[in-house]
Amino acid sequence: MTETHELICIACPVGCRVKAITQGDKIVSIEGNQCKRGEVYVKDEIFRPTRVVTGTVRVRGGALPVLPVKTEEPVPKPSIPAILKEWSQLVVTAPIQFHQVIVADVAGTGVAAIASRPLSKQKADNKTA
Amino acid sequence: MRKLDCDVAVIGAGPAGLAAAARAKTAGAKKVLIIERDREPGGILQQCIHNGFGLHLFKEEFTGPEYAYKFIEESTTAGVKLLLNSMALRIQSDGHIYAINKMLGMLNITAGAIVLAMGCRERNRGAVTIPGSRPSGIFTAGTAQRFVNMEGYLPGRKIVILGSGDVGLIMARRLTWEGAKVIGVYELMPFSNGLTRNMVQCLQDNNIPLHLSHTVTKIHGQERVEAVTVCKVDEQLNPVRETEQIVECDTLLLSVGLIPENELTRDAKIEIDPVTGGPTVTDEMETSLPGVFACGNVVHVHDLVDNVTRESWLAGEGAALYAQGRQVDGGFIATKAGAGVRYVVPHKIRLASLKRKNTTLYLRVLEPDVGVKVELLLAGKVVFSRREQVVRPAEMVSISIPPERIVASATGGLEVRLVKEGERA
Repeated sequence: MTETHELICIACPVGCRVKAITQGDKIVSIEGNQCKRGEVYVKDEIFRPTRVVTGTVRVRGGALPVLPVKTEEPVPKPSIPAILKEWSQLVVTAPIQFHQVIVADVAGTGVAAIASRPLSKQKADNKTA
Repeated sequence: MRKLDCDVAVIGAGPAGLAAAARAKTAGAKKVLIIERDREPGGILQQCIHNGFGLHLFKEEFTGPEYAYKFIEESTTAGVKLLLNSMALRIQSDGHIYAINKMLGMLNITAGAIVLAMGCRERNRGAVTIPGSRPSGIFTAGTAQRFVNMEGYLPGRKIVILGSGDVGLIMARRLTWEGAKVIGVYELMPFSNGLTRNMVQCLQDNNIPLHLSHTVTKIHGQERVEAVTVCKVDEQLNPVRETEQIVECDTLLLSVGLIPENELTRDAKIEIDPVTGGPTVTDEMETSLPGVFACGNVVHVHDLVDNVTRESWLAGEGAALYAQGRQVDGGFIATKAGAGVRYVVPHKIRLASLKRKNTTLYLRVLEPDVGVKVELLLAGKVVFSRREQVVRPAEMVSISIPPERIVASATGGLEVRLVKEGERA
């Protein structure tokens, strides 16, 4: 059984429209890409697509009510809904350090969720020159 | 009125202002002050929590807050002073800035040189004139982004997005991930206005349809948005009424372009380019008012922060040299947008710069195209050319001219044009 995949390569700004035919875990043919990087992108995107997931978690006592977080590494695309669900149920307490680990292993991916910014406890005071 | 003085004053602590201020310090300016109206530095990056920033400049993908953090750290470590919660009200041609701060009152700031880094503002419903009532539930994409990512509110549940600008695409994914239903993105032009990466990772990944050559012709609802009328447009971009369709929704997001924020610039009688909406600048990012420099989205709207940073380093350095009386003298050559090109920045290049260093020109094309050459013409002769596989209005083209490549006289202009490959102009 072969399967046809149509995707847009985002390895560079050219954005080639690529058609790939796969059989099991092998690529039988790729057409439309103009370079080797495109081939690598298409292979990864078909067999093991990953993304860095970004979102927010609630904050108790912070300068802002929410904290931006990200997965420290790209995670498998199918794990995105579980990660978002976990973050939606989480409340952290200010202050938060830059890149502080928020969850050591997010949704069983083995990847940590970290803070994208520091967040102070009170509203930032006016610093003068 | 309290008086402050500094060598370089920067207006705005977004990515442009932070990079310019840090660079001004390293280029020898002693007292560098940033005037920022928000309660913290970082600008719009603080609400852009997605990743992809810095890929070109640092070969690494940062989120917006991370990119901001990097430059906040760098400028504060360099000794840049931050004046937060302060609104710059006026720039005088003699180098005075009037600003106001709730605690300090009115401030009269004397600066050896000024860098304008006020960024840009979103076009809103008024700018695109959509008929209908005025219910709640109509937001610019960036406002919705701030609500979701910094204030912790979801602006709606059933969302239609007009315009395929990058912020709109990013918000399509973000709102979907927060549990809202994004019904579709409607774009007036026959091509998308966002980066390809965002088309794939925001729309395709989440099965959000993109309707090209479509617009919203009416907003329905009295208290809250209840629906919008969408319809196709013809080649002249006029609505084709027979194709009108009512789409139920509770929220309409507008991602219909950005405008450089130049009230201070206009007030100071600094020359504005009607195409970019920002000041005309030299390759050192100096405006028509000597000693006043500008960088980032206040000059022209960028799609990548990497280019904002590069431009801001030039402005910071230029301002520092001016403040120290070390600015290079000499004539300029003007640049001009030719066939297929909407605009070129910088508007003027110092002849001495062309001789001694790489000079980068930024341009936007009028229409998407493939297999083209960007050509530089001096007095009708091609002096430099570069192939571009694909050009799109949404993706800024930058070309770097090596030193001594162009031997220019002050008389002729430098025209930048697009030529189809294989064709002779």
